[in-house]
Amino acid sequence: MPAVLDFEKPLIELESKIAELTSFSEEKGLDLSDEIDNLKRRADELKSSIFANLTPWQQVQLARHPDRPNTEDYVRMLFEDFLELHGDRCYSDDPAIYGGIGLFQGTSVTVIGHLKGRDTKENVSRNFGMAHPEGFRKALRLMEQAEKFRRPVISFLDTPGAHCGIGAEERGQSQAIAQNLLRMSVLRIPIIVIVIGEGGSGGALALGVGNRTLMLEHAIFSVITPEGCASILWKDAARAREAAEALKLTAQDLLSLRIVDEVVPEPLGGAHRDPYAAADLLRKSLARNLESLKDVPPEELVQRRYAKYRNIGSVGG
Amino acid sequence: MIVFKKPKYVTVPQEDKKEMPEGLWSKCPKCGLIIYKKDMAKNLHVCIKCGYHFRIGVEERLQFTLDEGSFVECDAELVADNPLGFPNYPEKLAEVRQTTGLSEAVVTGEGSILGYRTVVGIMDSRFIMASMGAAVGEKVARAVERACERQLPLILFIASGGARMQEGMVALMQMAKTAVVLKHINAAGLLYVTVLTDPTTAGVSASFAMLGDIIIAEPGALIGFTGPRVIEQTIKQKLPEGFQTAEFLQQHGMIDLVVPRCKMRETLARILMLHQGREHSAGSP
Repeated sequence: MPAVLDFEKPLIELESKIAELTSFSEEKGLDLSDEIDNLKRRADELKSSIFANLTPWQQVQLARHPDRPNTEDYVRMLFEDFLELHGDRCYSDDPAIYGGIGLFQGTSVTVIGHLKGRDTKENVSRNFGMAHPEGFRKALRLMEQAEKFRRPVISFLDTPGAHCGIGAEERGQSQAIAQNLLRMSVLRIPIIVIVIGEGGSGGALALGVGNRTLMLEHAIFSVITPEGCASILWKDAARAREAAEALKLTAQDLLSLRIVDEVVPEPLGGAHRDPYAAADLLRKSLARNLESLKDVPPEELVQRRYAKYRNIGSVGG
Repeated sequence: MIVFKKPKYVTVPQEDKKEMPEGLWSKCPKCGLIIYKKDMAKNLHVCIKCGYHFRIGVEERLQFTLDEGSFVECDAELVADNPLGFPNYPEKLAEVRQTTGLSEAVVTGEGSILGYRTVVGIMDSRFIMASMGAAVGEKVARAVERACERQLPLILFIASGGARMQEGMVALMQMAKTAVVLKHINAAGLLYVTVLTDPTTAGVSASFAMLGDIIIAEPGALIGFTGPRVIEQTIKQKLPEGFQTAEFLQQHGMIDLVVPRCKMRETLARILMLHQGREHSAGSP
């Protein structure tokens, strides 16, 4: 049973009615095509109107949708001959971080990303995509390996945040994130960051220092969860909707704030309703962005990446 | 017949209670000692009995660390905007500016410690828990650049609750900004020392704070990525005694030294000396 968001309900109901009618007409050999076409038109209209007016809170729900394609799904759809690599060479292999080497349209690339599970069981084993220090260190190891072999890095962001717990603190969660930020900035290879779902704070940013930052239309990227923001600022987690608005965490908002470079469109209704169409749209954007960085000399890649982050933040005074 | 009788007490009219003038005394949150504030200031705001380090502001830190009159502030004009149009943020800023007399959560500039010139930055937790927005990120970045320009070491006294929520992703990106800018100081071969004070958490601990060549912390300072309250709520168990303290971090190999406030000045001077040689000191200590 796929998860259904409240605002998707009327659409899903209409669609199941269409499916019912279609199977009924086939079964009984009746021609109901007029009615069915009519309902389909209504469903399309409904879909357009729902998705044209999404509130930030609805975007948050979409970004967290359990059926939304995760990093592994995109890797399967976008890369050939992908080989997963494991471990940080210091402590362990963090299942919340996924990484390896694959071919993108014939070119070798290193892929890293947070990996949420598809169901509860998988989520538990992957810790909901929340990385420990060893996860960030694994990602860094793979990125530095990519630099050695001059492979571009494609980094998928999809995490509620860095893991919070005793072991993570003991092994230096802050240190691991800080190291990634600094060391990603000096890698002499193209880095393309793609926010595919939930971009949760420092844990997301730890894989997020790139030449180009792409963001899927219904992804979010935020300094704190709306729930966390509401409970800290207003002592009331129930005001998360308000916080979602105030935090300016949608792809469109972040494009205007020039935090992200490009918004990648999703099929109408969201990536979870048509993962292959979503992957096709992402493929186009990724190909274009990789192409644009292909012939940039390494020093300039580093310089441009540096300038991008050095210049974020408008300050009065 | 009355068997039980309520005892009657004599009520003695009390003399006017001698009001204790407010603000003269402090209570140590660790050992409960009541300390006369003047005595505490004399002891660098450290509890006389148990050594608890109270949080201190920019002014005290300057006074305890830098050579008198040596500090010159830079970039004081850099103050927060409201990049997201976050509700009530400008009002909050105005209020904090008034109560603290500070314009932002960090003060940066140049000065000397026992004669050794250095660029220095000091964060002040009274200013929205020294959270990092665009202005704080920019001031830190400029302090790094100034150190490179002037070929001086950089010492940052850190205290922070993390990225400033009211500036959203602009604030989060200051983590990247303050981290990437440090490549210059590394390339220039200049010394970067961070002193972690209570509290150093979240976005600030996970960026420029943890990237010092030498990382020092004040005794007992809370240092971590996630705050202890959130961890306790998440894992639903009590955290062990001393978790996320400076001493805990040192045990786990995350920081170099735990230095009490009374030794901070000479420790920093010694580190500066070890990186420059004695002849670089302008005035001999």
